[in-house]
Amino acid sequence: MTLDDLNPGDEAVICGYANEIEDEIRLLEMGLIVGSRIKFIKNAPFGDPIQIRLRGYDLSLRRNLARRILLSEPVSTS
Amino acid sequence: MAVVFDKRQHANTEKKILNAALVGNPNCGKTTLFNALTGLHQKVANYPGVTVERKSGKLIDTAGTVYRLMDLPGLYSLTSRSLDEKIAADIILGKSEHEPALDVIIVAADATNLGRGLYLCSQVIETGLPTILVLNMMDVAHKEGIKIDIDLLVETLNIPVIPAVAKNDIGIAELRDALVQLAKKEIKPGRPLIPIHETTANDVLTPLARSINENNSESDKPQEQLAIQARYAAIDKIVNLIISYPASTKSSLNDKIDRFLTHRFLGPVIMFVVLSAIFQTVYSWSELPMIWIENMITGLGELVRQNMAVGMLRDLLVDGVIAGVGAVLVFLPQIMLLFLFVSVLEDSGYLSRVAFILDRAMARIGLSGQSVIPLLSSFACAIPGIMAARTIHNTRDRLITILVAPFMSCSARLPVYTLMIGAFIPPIWFGGIFYLPAFTLLCLYMLGVVISIFSAMILGKFVVKGQISNFIMELPPYRIPVWRFIFLRVYEAGRTFVKNAGKIILSITVILWFLATYPRDEKHPNSHRIDQSYAGQIGHFIEPVIKPLGFDWKIGVGLVTSFAAREVMVSTLGTLYNIQDADGTSIGLRQAMQQDINPETGKPVFTPLTAISLMVFFVLACQCVSTLAIIRRETNTWRWPVALFFYMLILAYSGSFIVFQLGTLLGFT
Ligand SMILES: Nc1nc2c(ncn2[C@@H]2O[C@H](COP(=O)(O)OP(=O)(O)OP(=O)(O)O)[C@@H](O)[C@H]2O)c(=O)[nH]1
Ligand SMILES: [Mg+2]
Repeated sequence: MTLDDLNPGDEAVICGYANEIEDEIRLLEMGLIVGSRIKFIKNAPFGDPIQIRLRGYDLSLRRNLARRILLSEPVSTS
Repeated sequence: MAVVFDKRQHANTEKKILNAALVGNPNCGKTTLFNALTGLHQKVANYPGVTVERKSGKLIDTAGTVYRLMDLPGLYSLTSRSLDEKIAADIILGKSEHEPALDVIIVAADATNLGRGLYLCSQVIETGLPTILVLNMMDVAHKEGIKIDIDLLVETLNIPVIPAVAKNDIGIAELRDALVQLAKKEIKPGRPLIPIHETTANDVLTPLARSINENNSESDKPQEQLAIQARYAAIDKIVNLIISYPASTKSSLNDKIDRFLTHRFLGPVIMFVVLSAIFQTVYSWSELPMIWIENMITGLGELVRQNMAVGMLRDLLVDGVIAGVGAVLVFLPQIMLLFLFVSVLEDSGYLSRVAFILDRAMARIGLSGQSVIPLLSSFACAIPGIMAARTIHNTRDRLITILVAPFMSCSARLPVYTLMIGAFIPPIWFGGIFYLPAFTLLCLYMLGVVISIFSAMILGKFVVKGQISNFIMELPPYRIPVWRFIFLRVYEAGRTFVKNAGKIILSITVILWFLATYPRDEKHPNSHRIDQSYAGQIGHFIEPVIKPLGFDWKIGVGLVTSFAAREVMVSTLGTLYNIQDADGTSIGLRQAMQQDINPETGKPVFTPLTAISLMVFFVLACQCVSTLAIIRRETNTWRWPVALFFYMLILAYSGSFIVFQLGTLLGFT
């Protein structure tokens, strides 16, 4: 499962990155490490990017990137 | 490390100047702290990436020690890569050639997001420099019910930790005290959080991640990723010890606002309404104060004319200085209103939402939401807009953004638009909500946007090569704008505008007055004399080139002078018309333009069509030396500014040509 599969309100934990991801370092440095809990907030009006919440702050990123962030099963679903 | 510190101690006793740098994550309040410490007024706003260059200021303690404080762009890590982040990282790591070695680093961290702040802080501590940690935004943390055990944090890091609310000056005195202690060499370098080399990969990866990694062969994961994981893991352990979060997290006010502002349908609608309302309001709210200023200036001209002896000095003052500079000063209310709205947008946190909404559309034209803030800032002025492009990670996107930013109608174009619209676009309402003059203004802004989209697509397809962009952007919480800061920015914008009117515009106006007054052939009646003057000769010389655009020689002179700065167009017309009408009583520039008759054709010089043609020219032409210079600096080559100048000139000429010729054909004269 990836970050792209979540629905608004869902929470899950990062378990890794797909191999050919470009901005991995940047995301790691922003605190998206293995074990971080992420909440999916919403889609942007035109469907992309998405808004997520972690460590008390909000981040937006595109779906093509979200698809490469691997998650363990949702902690909670709405 | 201790050795380094001792050497510094020695140096300090002699120089008594300490170099300090302020670092921290983007948008955590570094510049607010900097301003509070130094008394300066650097730009503060609520989005990540406001500060994009190093700024420095001074503070002096009671013992006479001078602290040279640097405010740096925000960054997440010392290994960050975009240009603004690199500027900060290089200074901290001592890689910047022109900067003196630092004596102390003040790390600012957002108390509501401590883990991420500590990540950077732990890296800074490892440089071995004495470090002070400021926990800013304590007011927000308090409101959210977050409790931080500061003593434990001090104990863990072995550095001073100062809770602060920078925007209310809370914690500033304590920070000063900490700096004084430093000057007395009481602050030692902090304790590194984690002995990185000792952590092995297996300690930090969960079994699941390990299994994924095993599929992709363990050795593929570079060391760097593992090191980041390890550092965060260590920090999260500390954070869990020192912070307690409230039990229940209810849906915050922030989410409620976002429910409207980034709503699937409402979001884009609200965005469009807000942005167009700004341009309409800038026009209509400033009409009245502009008339007051205009009356004051014509009154002043009249007063001087009546009370001074006839002569050259009087003419220079009345027709040159007062008419020229005055014509520009009239637009002060508009400039200030525009900056008021822009500042409120910037400080509320809404700009980042605009970027969030528009990212998809930007992707269509090959850019990303990261270009949105630089481009929106360019509506105020292209120079800060172009500088803001430093926050764009992707070099291709950054270059394209820089090159299309000058198409956004900046505040210097506003006086020209308003003058033309006020004089030639009838003030009628249509469709119930649209006021034709304001609507015309909106169309001019839209024209710039459309052409920039078109140019960005062309540039991305055929000219600028590079990787397609990505988009990773923090969305700051909404904040109520700090009115003190907003007021300061509006005041500053007004001051710069008046200062420019006093310098550039005054000097050009004086030169122009001489050119438009001499040679003085007394044979001719007043109104013809100007035709024979040097300015008239220059104007008539270029007239054939601009005739197809509907412009007469006076506009031609204005076009030439406006390449120094766009608003000089207005002062030029002010001076030229005042000299021409010297024997009449003083009338406003608008009226003079409306009444001007071309002696050859017997028809008015200005029609609504000429006015539109002229405004289109101003939308598209790059009549701004400073913009070209900044593009040269940011791209490191003359190639781009020169190419852009000619590209925009050709577009402007063709645009005006099409408007005027097509309009004439269709009978709009
Ligand atoms: N609630 C609250 N807001 C603050 C505080 N300090 C600063 N702010 C606000 O936080 C926002 C960001 O402040 P800046 O000083 O521009 O932040 P910065 O760290 O310089 O940001 P960049 O230059 O973009 O890296 C502004 O809207 C400030 O008004 C504080 O202590 N409490
Ligand atoms: Mg700043």
